[in-house]
Amino acid sequence: MRKLIDQPRLDATPQGAAGKSHKHESAERQVSGQARYIDDMPEAANIHHVAVGVSSVASGTITSIDLSQVRESEGVIDVITVQDIPGHTDIGPVFPGDPLLASTEILYHSQPIFAVLASSVNLARQATLKAKVVISATAACLTVDQAKEQQNFVRPPHFMRRGDYQKSYAESPIQIEGEMIIGGQEHMYLEGQISMAIPEEEDRMLVYSSSQHPSEVQKLIAEVLDIKLHKVVVDMRRMGGGFGGKETQAAQWACLAAIFASRNKVAVKIRLPRMLDMMATGKRHPFENKFKVATDNQGLIQATQIEINGNCGHSPDLSDAIVDRAMFHADNGYFLGDCYVEGHRCRTNQVSHTAYRGFGGPQGMIVAEAMMDAIARKLGKDPLAIRKLNLYGKDSRNTTQYGMQVEHNLLADLIDKLEASCDYQLRREQITQFNKNSPIIKKGLALTPVKFGISFTAKHLNQAGALLHIYTDGSMQINHGGTEMGQGLHTKIGQIVANEFGVPLSYVEITSTRTDKVPNTSPTAASSSTDLNGKAAQNACLIIKQRLAEFYAQQVEGKPEEVIFTEQTVVLGEHQIAFNELIQQAYIGRVSLSASGFYKTPKIHYDRKTGNGRPFFYFAYGASCSEVSIDTLTGEYKVNRVDILHDVGKSLNPAIDIGQIEGGFIQGMGWLTSEELLWDDSGKLISNNPATYKIPAIGDTPEIFNVDLYPRANDEDSIYHSKAVGEPPFMLANSVWCALKDAISSITDYQIDPVLHPPATPEKVYNAVEQAQAWLEQQA
Amino acid sequence: MISFLLNDEITTIDQARADLTLLEYLREKQKLTGTKEGCASGDCGACTVVLAEVVKHHNSTDNRLEYRAINSCVTFLSALHGKQLITVEHLPDGKELHPVQQSLVEYHGSQCGFCTPGFIMSMFALYQQEQQPDRETVIQALSGNLCRCTGYRPIIDATLSACQNKTSDKFKQSETLTAQRLNDINNQVISTDNLLVPTSRHELAAAKAKYPKANVFAGSTDLALQVTQQLQSFDKLIALGAMPELNQLIEQQHGLLIGAALPFGKIESSLLKHFPQLSELLWRFAATPIRNQASLGGNVANASPIGDMPPALLALNAIIHVDNGQQKRTIAASEFFLDYRKTALKTSEWIESIFIPFTAPTNLVRAYKVSKRYEDDISAVCAVFNAQVVDGKVQKIDCGFGGVAAIPASVPTLNTQLQGKTWSSSESFEIGRDILKQAFSPLDDVRASKTYRLTMLTNLWKRFWLETNQSTQKIETRVVHLPSADAENSHA
Repeated sequence: MRKLIDQPRLDATPQGAAGKSHKHESAERQVSGQARYIDDMPEAANIHHVAVGVSSVASGTITSIDLSQVRESEGVIDVITVQDIPGHTDIGPVFPGDPLLASTEILYHSQPIFAVLASSVNLARQATLKAKVVISATAACLTVDQAKEQQNFVRPPHFMRRGDYQKSYAESPIQIEGEMIIGGQEHMYLEGQISMAIPEEEDRMLVYSSSQHPSEVQKLIAEVLDIKLHKVVVDMRRMGGGFGGKETQAAQWACLAAIFASRNKVAVKIRLPRMLDMMATGKRHPFENKFKVATDNQGLIQATQIEINGNCGHSPDLSDAIVDRAMFHADNGYFLGDCYVEGHRCRTNQVSHTAYRGFGGPQGMIVAEAMMDAIARKLGKDPLAIRKLNLYGKDSRNTTQYGMQVEHNLLADLIDKLEASCDYQLRREQITQFNKNSPIIKKGLALTPVKFGISFTAKHLNQAGALLHIYTDGSMQINHGGTEMGQGLHTKIGQIVANEFGVPLSYVEITSTRTDKVPNTSPTAASSSTDLNGKAAQNACLIIKQRLAEFYAQQVEGKPEEVIFTEQTVVLGEHQIAFNELIQQAYIGRVSLSASGFYKTPKIHYDRKTGNGRPFFYFAYGASCSEVSIDTLTGEYKVNRVDILHDVGKSLNPAIDIGQIEGGFIQGMGWLTSEELLWDDSGKLISNNPATYKIPAIGDTPEIFNVDLYPRANDEDSIYHSKAVGEPPFMLANSVWCALKDAISSITDYQIDPVLHPPATPEKVYNAVEQAQAWLEQQA
Repeated sequence: MISFLLNDEITTIDQARADLTLLEYLREKQKLTGTKEGCASGDCGACTVVLAEVVKHHNSTDNRLEYRAINSCVTFLSALHGKQLITVEHLPDGKELHPVQQSLVEYHGSQCGFCTPGFIMSMFALYQQEQQPDRETVIQALSGNLCRCTGYRPIIDATLSACQNKTSDKFKQSETLTAQRLNDINNQVISTDNLLVPTSRHELAAAKAKYPKANVFAGSTDLALQVTQQLQSFDKLIALGAMPELNQLIEQQHGLLIGAALPFGKIESSLLKHFPQLSELLWRFAATPIRNQASLGGNVANASPIGDMPPALLALNAIIHVDNGQQKRTIAASEFFLDYRKTALKTSEWIESIFIPFTAPTNLVRAYKVSKRYEDDISAVCAVFNAQVVDGKVQKIDCGFGGVAAIPASVPTLNTQLQGKTWSSSESFEIGRDILKQAFSPLDDVRASKTYRLTMLTNLWKRFWLETNQSTQKIETRVVHLPSADAENSHA
């Protein structure tokens, strides 16, 4: 017999129990510069680099392309256009519409037209400048209004309805209409789009891609290369941020790298320069929404009509599901009464807008919050009172506009607790008093809730697989379909596996996500990767635990179902054995120590024809209270204090969950305040670098920032009764927008609901201040 | 030859592209990939590294090291000469993480981790400062680092914790030795074929004469963007970092004489001591790593319409000292900016220094900046006012504005119309408001609309008038805390 590893030793580090604040699995490597991103990997000696040449107009027809000078440029190895793609030329992820390289039609500004392979990054980029591409420009459709006027949509509309909303509206004493123009958002992941392709034997291809969806990258590469899926392996260890921007839109660059690698039989890397990354990849969809809401005299909603218009850019990408999610969340936590929600997917000559944390949810929910503010101002009430009044009920008024009953609703209690812990009422009085005596600086306060549906609304994506290996020293590797982009997914999965076997976290290695280990995976998206992959990993653990339990029970003549895995020991009644030792014995005893686990989410269904169903397994809840100060001379503002109470079910890792909540909040605050996407009249993005597009900086973090977890296990059978946490906290930032409006409203003694289209830049706040002052003068 | 300590190794560069950035050098030549490229434009901080240089301690013979965080993506290699370049890989002591690294781990301050090495380096530079930082100081030190994941709270806490419980790290322990090694380097000549580093005005004049097309740079934070963003190549560049006259700061009897090539990081404390009212401009001038490279001379020579400091120089009646190697002359700030990106500087000339006269303690000085974000943003409008009020009457008002015209500009009529008026009377406010309404016709751009810019001119004027006319009842006029904004109120 070959020798087993010496002395499996017990690890002295603490237990890997779920529920503890373990540090991020890569934390030490990250702080010391050892954590490797794709651009940091050792390169093959003859690696070459790709740059792309892009369109300088938003809409038009290519009349001629002369790339001769590009080919002659220093260091250039190869140049390709759409004609050089061996297989599919369209990489649309769900529906067609996304050309890998432009054919003759130009659909958006900065659309890739050709690609260059050269011996260095700089030489490749410089070569692209030498192209002579003549484009006959055509009139571009650049706004939602234009798209609607031209009936220009990427997908058909969708509708949800309940009752006779028109009749209820007409019969209600209070009727309010509003309109919102909601800006998009650049992902600004710190690591830009990047991919490295390494050709292997014959037509096989190994690709490293900074992607939230390795399986889709694998599929698209196979399609563009015209080979079978099993020839392509995609490997993804970690992303330097994703936020949705690498769900579909990492594929284009990976495909280009793979084509060059295949043609030239060399390793190829593509890394987008920041400005091109910002101009050539999709963003959070800008939306233009309208609402009509009617209430009784107390402000209780009777009827609602909401029109949702997503600016999808030139192609469907994921826009169908994104506009759907905006529609699913136009209620936020409130019962809409008799209602009608329509959602349109407008086609414009912009880059194809894509997934971004919240996935349309934020752009729907903010309409609900706008309605609450509008009702409150109309009735002269505190917006919080109106919000509480309109929350979903327990026994009545408890069904969403898409016919899903809201069970286990935590919002009323959660809001009450936050209202008390943040001294809302006392501060409300103080702020009103402050504003009376402060002519220039005004303060605002708002407490807003979040209810966010968890599950992919495309049902088939709600599945996951995991692959677990235990080695003969008791150490194990877990591989699953989810990708790590900083959110702590791998840490949580490691904790789940360690917890199942009662071993320290150091026993568990989470390896890079690879399409040859777990196939046909779903994207890491919709907040659900821990829910799905955690359950799949647990399932793999249970399979091996069952084998070990049976093996041990046979040895000590006990019952397998009574075997316990705890503290690196396996216990059965009075018998016990060190975990490592049992593993060695099991190996000798020819017990399989490898298993794959699988999970699919139960209970979910949705019928698009009727606009009815239960698209979500459960809801995650939260609430936040923000206090702001605004300068009425300049529109500058400061978020002074934020209090958050958020529901993550039974937390798998409180530190990681709080990190998601704080980070999501600040990112949401950026979307609603300083992050302004601006396109010029030709359709070119002009806020196209971090000098002109301002995400929150460190000084924007509120000095008082209290975040607490709502202590209650998920009522549904999720992994250890935890809840998803990736996206829901993003929308906690709605309270910042409402607080800014509250501060502006104070100028009119809270009589008007100011128009403040997000992002509320200082200039927009100032304009709203001016309008409030003008209103006041009119009254005088 | 450029010689420096790369972490612990004496390293020399004989031949390199003039426009090779430090980031490229680290990642591609040295394969030190801990330092990341986030934007290659000095806006995100993922590429932050630290330079340590020897400073002579005035009351001791010891040589101390001063540590400054810089953005490696907008730095050319000449900046390294005679210094220790410290990258994230070098921070741990054996297997033990540096206290700032350990603290960030414990506070869960990294998520995706891509910005993390840059944050670590800014934290490290702060850790090496002598004073114990408060939250404001931490925010200043980390103002040039963007994080998209955490929301910053754990990073602030981790930094405070590490810097408030400092222990002697390996850098402190080997400080004397490192300083000695650096002093030995400093005696060597430093030009390379492509990167010229003159050490006297005659050498500089000769270099300019020999390569008339070569750009001259101090901090390179602007010039490097032409390489990294516009993909331009520069065969020859002339660095001003070793020019003695351009790198001295002299407190004269009547004002500050600031060498044109000195980075803001080295003049900040003197500027703040004498002009505390400029704190907002200095605090919001780019971010710490850029301030550690960018020079006042560069800021003036670039003649950006926004410019940050030029409005202050106009309002304070600064004088620009220029030289061509043969002859020196002075130009008033008000006569320096001619047209969009065009100055009174002749091709053969360079800026040697900038003289800022002290203001009387009774002068009412305010510097304001309006932008989308407080940290590291470019002004939509910048306004600096300097009013001399004696016995309640206006003697003189000087001003400077950025973001509202093709050049940084002042409005002399403000002075002529307000002289002799009672400052506290609302008439004074109204005269100024009406003048400023008509003074400029700014443009719409990505930062602000024309209308907003125009309104801001008059509203900042209102703020100035309000703030300098407050008697007993204080009206709040700011939403951000400004450390030294009240400094001169005691005089007023």
